[in-house]
Amino acid sequence: MSAKLKNKGVVPSITVPDGGKWASEARQTAAALLAETGLPHRRDEYWKYTDPTTLTAPEATPAAIFESDEPLPFDGVDAVKIVFVDGVFDAAQSDALELDGVEIETLSDAAQKDIHWAGSVYGVLEGRGQYPVSRPLASYNTAMAEQGFVIRATGKAAKPISFIYLHESETSDAVIHHTIKLDEGADLTVLENGPAAARINAVMEVEVADTAAFHHVRAQGRDHERRTATHIFARLGTESSFKSFTLTVNGILTRNDAIIEFTGDNANATVAGACAGDGAFHHDDTVFITHDAVNCESRQVFKKVLRNGAVGVFQGKILVKADAQKTDGYQISQGLLLDENSTFQAKPELEIYADDVACSHGSTVGAIDDTALFYLTSRGIPHKEAQDMLTLAFLGEAIDEVEDEALADDLRALLEGWMARRHG
Amino acid sequence: MLEIKNLHVGLEEEDKQILKGVNLTVETGKVHAIMGPNGSGKSTLSYVLSGKDGYEVTDGSAELQGVDVLDMEPEERAAAGLFLAFQYPVEIPGVGNMTFLRTAVNAQRKARGEEELSAAEFLKVVRAKAKSLKIDADMLKRPVNVGFSGGEKKRNEILQMAMLEPKMCILDETDSGLDVDAMKLVAEGVNALRDAGRSFLVITHYQRLLDHIKPDVVHIMADGKIVKTGGPELALEVENNGYADILAEVA
Repeated sequence: MSAKLKNKGVVPSITVPDGGKWASEARQTAAALLAETGLPHRRDEYWKYTDPTTLTAPEATPAAIFESDEPLPFDGVDAVKIVFVDGVFDAAQSDALELDGVEIETLSDAAQKDIHWAGSVYGVLEGRGQYPVSRPLASYNTAMAEQGFVIRATGKAAKPISFIYLHESETSDAVIHHTIKLDEGADLTVLENGPAAARINAVMEVEVADTAAFHHVRAQGRDHERRTATHIFARLGTESSFKSFTLTVNGILTRNDAIIEFTGDNANATVAGACAGDGAFHHDDTVFITHDAVNCESRQVFKKVLRNGAVGVFQGKILVKADAQKTDGYQISQGLLLDENSTFQAKPELEIYADDVACSHGSTVGAIDDTALFYLTSRGIPHKEAQDMLTLAFLGEAIDEVEDEALADDLRALLEGWMARRHG
Repeated sequence: MLEIKNLHVGLEEEDKQILKGVNLTVETGKVHAIMGPNGSGKSTLSYVLSGKDGYEVTDGSAELQGVDVLDMEPEERAAAGLFLAFQYPVEIPGVGNMTFLRTAVNAQRKARGEEELSAAEFLKVVRAKAKSLKIDADMLKRPVNVGFSGGEKKRNEILQMAMLEPKMCILDETDSGLDVDAMKLVAEGVNALRDAGRSFLVITHYQRLLDHIKPDVVHIMADGKIVKTGGPELALEVENNGYADILAEVA
């Protein structure tokens, strides 16, 4: 503890929002922890490769609105669409909050009540994820968030919930917190897309009960100047399944944290991401997976394509506790550098206390394969097109982690479109 | 069709000459074979003609139908009608064979100002050609050459050739790694493409491929030069006596 205090960051002066009993308690607990840790800074081990200054500054750095006439990702998916503008829920642009097998409520409504099931998840999973690595931006979020949804799936959802985050103000500063609980046997897909605001601090807590399955697919679009910090905290019950995939294209700063905890046996989790960055682009995936149950399988698959000075970071940890026998942990992170100015930094970590486990990790960084490039061009495919084909193929291996074929095809098409526009 | 004059080529990275004055003319509609011992420069010639990086042309020229190809990008050479069947076809994970073929065919058509093939038209043509090469639907769907056997890779090369319909086909040791049956199948594929308007340059170590793809002219290459040119009987001479006699004779 003394070491942590020595590195303590700036403690922001905050006043937590008013609310009912459960929400006030959760907010005050988070605020108290934040007062202890302070905000992150460059000397923190988990912020060594990503400068958090603009994420922790009192004001958001203004971000010009990115104009685009392309359709929104997942536009064609039949889903309950929930729209936020600059981080604020916009009921008028959203669908009715009705979905068979699912209860959907705004955080602000739920927070008014003194007793609510959300109290068993909100700030709880986030709180568990604060050790052994503190995550002050998530504490800040839990303490301050007034926007977000409280969602409980009691059965198989008839269709996905699709969050659409629109960015309309150059100085918007969004704090969004979703609280999701899947009851036993439930099945829910959550889609997210859009830049949200000039600066976004987003937290999603997901409790996946026994035999439930949660699917999460996210597209962080081409809004060049936005700054984003997201955290996903998940706790998995017996024979449950959790799958999260993120596609990121451009964006000056993105930090995506995923903190997954296995508490029930025979469960599986996949966290995957594909990103393509060009120029002023810094993209950091930080994953922490704790195996505290028997015979669970975790997969981390991250691919980054970087050019013109773009920076990619991957910090992935698998912690296998002493009783977590038969753990199967897999981790791969790969950077494809399209020029000599770009950087990929990877920090794979395995910490294993059980003796009967299969954990593997791999990290590579390289350029486009010249032999493959020559093969394609020798067949008449122009150099740029050949390079795009190989780039898409590289990222495609991460997109393959998306279970739903239609969504995976959407992501591939989206990526192809973004690639093609780059030449325009 | 192809006219190579006094071609001198070295490696870009190191001070080493590989081709030391190659002169070679392949007439339209003819099949020429190049044989020669290891390290004589046969594969280098095929790479330089198709535009692979890493080589430096220090002298000479190579013209395809009267146009110098040495300054062109590989894709321009392909669109101009040059095709190289690779000795070691490259595996490309994540790119479907069919997508690859269609992109290549349409890129060449576009470069030549022709109309691109629709997905349906393309599918019809590719299925017919794949069938004659015993390439099944699964091989067309899989990523390019990934998990293909040696024979499947070479058949896939011939399929590409059949789809792209080049004017000048260079086959770089297409027989290497093939058993007799696979070699026959590949040779049949090549023979089906023989045409009065199409020329072939067949590079091989062994005469046996030339039993199936009958050449009009046979060249012997050694130490970066064509040292002897003759008819098909020259290949038989190599098969019976090895290269030593011929090399001694021209030395």
